Amino acid sequence: MTALLTSTSTEGQTAPVVDTAVRLDHVTKSFGRAAAAHVVLDDISLNVAPGEFVCLLGASGCGKSTLLNLVADLDQPTSGTIDVPAGRTALMFQEHALFPWLTAGQNIELALRLRGVPRSERRPEAQRLLELVRLGGAHGKRIHELSGGMRQRVAMARALAQDAKVLLMDEPFAALDAITRDVLHEELVQIWEATGISVLFVTHNVREAVRLAQRVVLLSSRPGRIAQEWAIDLPQPRRIESAGVADLAVEITDKLRGEIRRHVQH
Amino acid sequence: MSSTDLKPDAEPRTVAAGTTTAGSDVADLGAGLDALETQTAQRTSVREVLLGKVLPPVIAVVLVLLLWQGAYAAHLKRPDLLPSPLDVWNSLHQLWLQGTILSTIWTSLSRGILGFLVSVVIGTPIGLLVARVKPVRAAIGPILSGLQSIPSVAWVPAAVIWFGLSNATIYAVVLLGAVPSIANGLVAGIDQVQPLYLRAGRTLGASGLRGVWHVLLPAALPGYVAGLKQGWAFSWRSLMAAELIASSPALGLGLGAQLEFARENLDMPGVLATIILILVVGIGIEMLVFNPIERHVLRSRGLLTARR
Repeated sequence: MTALLTSTSTEGQTAPVVDTAVRLDHVTKSFGRAAAAHVVLDDISLNVAPGEFVCLLGASGCGKSTLLNLVADLDQPTSGTIDVPAGRTALMFQEHALFPWLTAGQNIELALRLRGVPRSERRPEAQRLLELVRLGGAHGKRIHELSGGMRQRVAMARALAQDAKVLLMDEPFAALDAITRDVLHEELVQIWEATGISVLFVTHNVREAVRLAQRVVLLSSRPGRIAQEWAIDLPQPRRIESAGVADLAVEITDKLRGEIRRHVQH
Repeated sequence: MSSTDLKPDAEPRTVAAGTTTAGSDVADLGAGLDALETQTAQRTSVREVLLGKVLPPVIAVVLVLLLWQGAYAAHLKRPDLLPSPLDVWNSLHQLWLQGTILSTIWTSLSRGILGFLVSVVIGTPIGLLVARVKPVRAAIGPILSGLQSIPSVAWVPAAVIWFGLSNATIYAVVLLGAVPSIANGLVAGIDQVQPLYLRAGRTLGASGLRGVWHVLLPAALPGYVAGLKQGWAFSWRSLMAAELIASSPALGLGLGAQLEFARENLDMPGVLATIILILVVGIGIEMLVFNPIERHVLRSRGLLTARR
């Protein structure tokens, strides 16, 4: 399977250490005791360049979320190494995971506080981040007063408040309606372009992956292995319904279906 | 006429919309979506509150009074065993005229409040330890919830033997009643915290004590407040049990002692009047102190949706 890899990191010559925001080296993760161990991720090697937007794509059981947890240091790999030379990571979940006992602005201020930002700078910085996600007037709003799309935008602002160089996103828009998701795609790309942050975005939605990423990495399921990679050179802003996105999505979907079909024969 | 006026206006507009650049377009689109999805909160009117919240309990109380008056009028029991509502009202009035009723209530209430506050100070760290430290939970978790099923009266004889007829006896009974309840409330509150919040907290850098302070405790607050409310009810109940049995002139006259005093005098209206006072004080504190706090906590998290 690894023979199908189409390498895209040609720009970095042979200085591998400096030009990497996230590096996974032969990472394996299994759960359970040795005898009955259940391998979730098998020999994953992946580099994300600084400022690169990578989508991890796969069906259920491919260990996408496990992989993000490993990169976020919420869990440890069974073998292999994970390096985040860029420093800290920020993680966004499918659920907004905002704290309901705080207002939108206070959620962001808490992230700033935990990062060590002095009190006097928190409020203006939170306001700046809210304006970045076009929610300048939402500082005093409670989370339940916001719509689903607004909550994910606040969550994005909170993630950005961590001043991380790598943004990990675990199907952050999966629970949103199509119109809202479309708007958030556009905003995410704008923010990514404006901040130069690296994004590792997990999804099971092929079109979403093609719409957003510079590189799509397809994971096979059970165990999760890298099946194939695609470099996407369509110019941004892309539209999810455009022909270019659709053509590549068809190709990737066919490959994904092939990966899923393999499980019938076993 | 009007349709022909509109046509030339409408056509260039559609053309323009197709050619606008994406940047400002998506901002407008997003703002439009936000406007569509934001709901305006409606406040309930005074009339609705009166009809929905005040009227039903008033009707219930009136019905009980009517039944009571009916039983009295039908001579189900001798009048000295079953006094009429009016007799009880007169007894309350009498207590008021004696001028001691407020100091009697205050004697009990101040004990209840002090006992409750001390219970909070003791019960909160116990609850935290039980909820977060596994061996502690295994060791005293079951005992803590078992303690809740012991009626407070059962502690009175033990407390009297230990402390004699003193305030210490009364406070010991109150603490034994309220501490487990408050601790269990906090344990339940912490157990119900969504793991997602803890994960989110850890990714934000809130681990250890900072995680407890910034994430765990606020997330557990609704359960904790419910535990505090129950803890107050336990404090008040235990206090009455203690005052009823451990009554002595040296201890001052509380509501429990007054109840016992009325029983000794076979003063049934006085007994019922005191029971009503105990009920009113207990419910009053719950309604004036705990319910507003609870409502505020739940509403600010969107957990309390107004029923239509």
